[in-house]
Amino acid sequence: MRALEYLRAPDTATALREAAQPGTRFLAGGTTLVDLMKCGVERPARVIDITHLPGLDEVTVSDTAIRIGALAKMSQVAADARVRTVAPVISEALWRAASAQLRNMASIGGNLLQRTRCTYFRDTAAYPNCNKRNPGSGCAAMDGLNRNHAVLGASDACIATYPGDLAVALVAFDATVRIMGRFERVVPVDQFFRLPGDRPDLEHDLAPGEMILGIEIPLSDALRRSHYLKVRDRASYEFAAASAAVGIALEADGRTIREARVALGGVATKPWRARAVEQALAGKPLNEAVIRDAAAQAMAGAQAREHNAYKIALAPKVVARALMSAGGIA
Amino acid sequence: MATQRAVRLRINGRDHDLTLDSRVTLLDALREYAGLPGSKKGCDQGQCGACTVHVGGQRVLGCLTLAMQAEGREITTIEGLAAPDGTLHAVQAAFVEHDAFQCGYCTPGQIMSAVACIHEGHAGSDDEIREYMSGNICRCGAYPHIVAAVRDAAARLGKGTSL
Ligand SMILES: Cc1cc2nc3c(=O)[nH]c(=O)nc-3n(C[C@H](O)[C@H](O)[C@H](O)COP(=O)(O)OP(=O)(O)OC[C@H]3O[C@@H](n4cnc5c(N)ncnc54)[C@H](O)[C@@H]3O)c2cc1C
Ligand code: SF4
Ligand code: FES
Ligand code: FES
Repeated sequence: MRALEYLRAPDTATALREAAQPGTRFLAGGTTLVDLMKCGVERPARVIDITHLPGLDEVTVSDTAIRIGALAKMSQVAADARVRTVAPVISEALWRAASAQLRNMASIGGNLLQRTRCTYFRDTAAYPNCNKRNPGSGCAAMDGLNRNHAVLGASDACIATYPGDLAVALVAFDATVRIMGRFERVVPVDQFFRLPGDRPDLEHDLAPGEMILGIEIPLSDALRRSHYLKVRDRASYEFAAASAAVGIALEADGRTIREARVALGGVATKPWRARAVEQALAGKPLNEAVIRDAAAQAMAGAQAREHNAYKIALAPKVVARALMSAGGIA
Repeated sequence: MATQRAVRLRINGRDHDLTLDSRVTLLDALREYAGLPGSKKGCDQGQCGACTVHVGGQRVLGCLTLAMQAEGREITTIEGLAAPDGTLHAVQAAFVEHDAFQCGYCTPGQIMSAVACIHEGHAGSDDEIREYMSGNICRCGAYPHIVAAVRDAAARLGKGTSL
């Protein structure tokens, strides 16, 4: 690990001022940053510990929205009784992620910014060829072991999967992220994440020195009847092979789908909103045949590499099962 | 660039004054500088739980925490779990009674994790214990006995006991 300076910021203004110096990174829970500093992927000269900034760890639920401060811990939000009632998908996406220890450390802001688990990206010693880490150097995964790589949203430069769970739920339900730099701005989470294109090193919309202050999730009937289903190689403490964040709002008759929300994890280069599935469900009766038909559209445009074709078969089944659970017909 | 400095860590109720490089993890500070090698290093990448300790009353991973992040907070390690007279903590006793280990390498992390798991109220059933203890890998596969030990200790301690 490269030598670095550790600073603890007492307030947001100090943190932002210090972050303006080149080579500086914010340090929250450290579960991504410290890990990647050890691998040599991240090489900051200074880290600013932001976990002591006041007022950024609160969860509030109003009549219209949930607001979560960037420094709230994954475990704290997962256990919040109000969140579990109005937005089960958020709680489930969080408690099915990582482990109890990691969730006690990891912050919501850091969670959005976690980086891919592509083994070639993490292995700096053996693989110089990684366009994400080393722009223009090639991609070792393209013809390597790519079982965990993306089938949606990939480019010729990079096929790395976005590994997180929470962000999948956030894009399904139109959440926004509040960002502070020279001025404050609000960006939809769906736009916050970028496709790799020919610049896979640019993963999101945050400029150097900008800080995430928090996220906001608008309340809706679909959010109240929502579910996160995560399928993986082992029962717990594992990233998704395929996951789905879904929600269903019904008409007054209790059998017709008024609105559906669907996003996919573990299969794409960014948290993946599946609008075609949502549109195929709107106005239809809630039953298994309708759901399976609609879920079949989740993989439109998917492209497999040598080892990851199973995701194209798996994801629609995960979407269908999640929708049936949310709809109460599983 | 000031990367080396004095750090006071409060471990098991006692202050330790150490001089540390900013890169030193809490796990290495405990093992290499504070003379407390009970917390183990398995993967050093957050993937096994062998390094589990309590910081501020919560279970965390020592290998992904910089020592400086833990300054000013209460740190508890496996060495601080037994009573001053040597009486084992109920979870330690249950692990011995249920033979909940083979090589023992994962055991300090398992025990620190189990104490917190019970305290959080996440030891209500065997399934819940398996889910909330999943952050601790045991290469010897002692899982059935670990679950039995946690279940037994939870019954003896009751939910929401103090750490
Ligand atoms: C073994 C393992 C298993 C895991 N499994 C899962 C899983 O199943 N599902 C899942 O979703 N995640 C999983 N994770 C990832 C984990 O959830 C993330 O590492 C964690 O959420 C990151 O949060 P943090 O506070 O620790 O971030 P840090 O490591 O502190 O920061 C991460 C990045 O974000 C930046 N940053 C942090 N906060 C802010 C802010 N407020 N503003 C601007 N920049 C900021 C930092 O500079 C850094 O670049 C796993 C991690 C590990 C190690
Ligand atoms: S898939 Fe992306 S992150 Fe992985 S080696 Fe290729 S360029 Fe790097
Ligand atoms: S040594 Fe910390 S999790 Fe493995
Ligand atoms: S007892 Fe050997 S690793 Fe768990």
